[in-house]
Amino acid sequence: MLIIFKWGKERDWSILDNYGQVVLKIIKHYQEEGQGTEVVQGVLLGLVVEDRLEITNCFPFPQHTEDDADFDEVQYQMEMMRSLRHVNIDHLHVGWYQSTYYGSFVTRALLDSQFSYQHAIEESVVLIYDPIKTAQGSLSLKAYRLTPKLMEVCKEKDFSPEALKKGNITFEHMFEEVPIVIKNSHLINVLMWELEKKSAVADKHELLSLASSNHLGKNLQLLMDRVDEMSQDIVKYNTYMRNTSKQQQQKHQYQQRRQQENMQRQSRGEPPLPEEDLSKLFKPPQPPARMDSLLIAGQINTYCQNIKEFTAQNLGKLFMAQALQEYNN
Amino acid sequence: MATPAAPASASAATPAPAAAPAAASPSVPVPSPTPASAPAPSPAPAPVPAPTPAPASSSDAAAAAATTAAPGQTSASAPAPAQTPAQSLPGPALPGPFPGGRVVRLHPVILASIVDSYERRNEGAARVIGTLLGTVDKHSVEVTNCFSVPHNESEDEVAVDMEFAKNMYELHKKVSPNELILGWYATGHDITEHSVLIHEYYSREAPNPIHLTVDTSLQNGRMSIKAYVSTLMGVPGRTMGVMFTPLTVKYAYYDTERIGVDLIMKTCFSPNRVIGLSSDLQQVGGASARIQDALSTVLQYAEDVLSGKVSADNTVGRFLMSLVNQVPKIVPDDFETMLNSNINDLLMVTYLANLTQSQIALNEKLVNL
Repeated sequence: MLIIFKWGKERDWSILDNYGQVVLKIIKHYQEEGQGTEVVQGVLLGLVVEDRLEITNCFPFPQHTEDDADFDEVQYQMEMMRSLRHVNIDHLHVGWYQSTYYGSFVTRALLDSQFSYQHAIEESVVLIYDPIKTAQGSLSLKAYRLTPKLMEVCKEKDFSPEALKKGNITFEHMFEEVPIVIKNSHLINVLMWELEKKSAVADKHELLSLASSNHLGKNLQLLMDRVDEMSQDIVKYNTYMRNTSKQQQQKHQYQQRRQQENMQRQSRGEPPLPEEDLSKLFKPPQPPARMDSLLIAGQINTYCQNIKEFTAQNLGKLFMAQALQEYNN
Repeated sequence: MATPAAPASASAATPAPAAAPAAASPSVPVPSPTPASAPAPSPAPAPVPAPTPAPASSSDAAAAAATTAAPGQTSASAPAPAQTPAQSLPGPALPGPFPGGRVVRLHPVILASIVDSYERRNEGAARVIGTLLGTVDKHSVEVTNCFSVPHNESEDEVAVDMEFAKNMYELHKKVSPNELILGWYATGHDITEHSVLIHEYYSREAPNPIHLTVDTSLQNGRMSIKAYVSTLMGVPGRTMGVMFTPLTVKYAYYDTERIGVDLIMKTCFSPNRVIGLSSDLQQVGGASARIQDALSTVLQYAEDVLSGKVSADNTVGRFLMSLVNQVPKIVPDDFETMLNSNINDLLMVTYLANLTQSQIALNEKLVNL
């Protein structure tokens, strides 16, 4: 079973083929290891086939615990891949996956990791699995890559406002989502038919449950936190702007005074005062890092998208409930 | 040494690694009568005859029983006769009432991995084998993970890369420390003699391993999935053989796994076995379509009963009654208010979300001026 991703037209349009087996493994990994707000991570393995990226297997990464400080991640990875090669499993790294808590995955850490992956392997993606949304009834698996523009900026490690303005990056252009397709082999199809016959019908239809205000509440809470951070960031930026403009004014005034004095001195026949280096007197304030605010904006955007999807579903469900009631009466 | 429970405790003491699950159950003596029920007196060590052999031999037997099938297989076990009575103990191992059949609970991720490794097998290999990992419960065994192990099979010999298996197990343990080696799997239709040997290898790793077969050759037009455990059989005092007794297989799902499997199952219906992940409202539509199908089946049944084609069944009738009564009876005005307030909430949230999005877009523009 493959998951296929399609890529953007500007670059290699690649379809990401994801094997269903990968989906099941990711689900299982979160279920067993990731309780609470910790994220579980793992590596995706696969192949690049013409214009598609096929993900054929994956393996999980152990959690970081304090007591195995001597645990060598790289070694674990190398050993795992070597062993998998023996059994003919594709051992090419094509990305990594991570679970997320209510959709809050736009962080600096993710950006850095994805950047290093993409730097090494052009086509790598990060699969974000949202277990809470999945438990609500529908598999929530999304794939993201960094846009080429963002890659450029990260390469230079320059996150000042000027560089970002030059790159013309807005929060919407940080990550590009890649559509996923799941593909099965015939044998897996046979297996699915077998399972369907043998397993009991699922008795929990979470998707149609109306009691979902808890989920919405949590989402809104996270959104509010982010918006608070955003406003703080804006305040910082505003102070910076004000400081710079004040400084400009001061510089101006100083220069004028200097000139006046010089003129006076000249008129009195005294030697003019030396020109002082203005930049030393007036140190320009440090511009705030723009990357964080970009990340926050991106995160807010994701939250808003999630909320909108959620409300759309709920509205549909409410109308269905209304129809049922009307019929009853 | 008066109680039959004594051998169990002795066996719990001596083979230390294998005893951990055994110590949990005092019912180890119980299973043994079943497989070796014919030669009643000798292989019934747990009940009465057990106290009579000297304590030394019972601990011997326990140690021998730890390597379940191995001593039983080789006819060269000349000291075997003295120990065979106790050897028919299915190891100081996994507890569970054998008569009913122990239950093996499989997760679908295992089957998917097995089929996948079968598809990637080396050329010329007729089947693939691998290790099963999971946890043991009092009455059931839950298999949650697996990995394939390279092996070579020819007419006369079997070579399994146990080093590889050990390494992989160590790596897997780092991620999930709770998983134990439960047994092994093989694709293919039958159990061959090689299976017996491989089973012996695995019985050194795990007490009383489980053997799972997945029939990828699709005999009988189906992919049958069966689980076995090995038991000794034969005439005591002579050559002992090994018999694989079947176990009940059930499928266990986590909730999220169920949803994943449902999604993957959809590829069965699409022409080129490809599906995409659908968007929000489509999912609700899909779920309601499913319920509609279920309802039409129920309706069909009701019509058949009414027209007399099918005889009425009271239990089904009661379920139908409870189904119809599920729709709560609410005073229309109250329902209107509830509905409207909910809709208002959702609309407000949507409005706020949109507002926030436009706000940050605006902010972006301003900053970049």
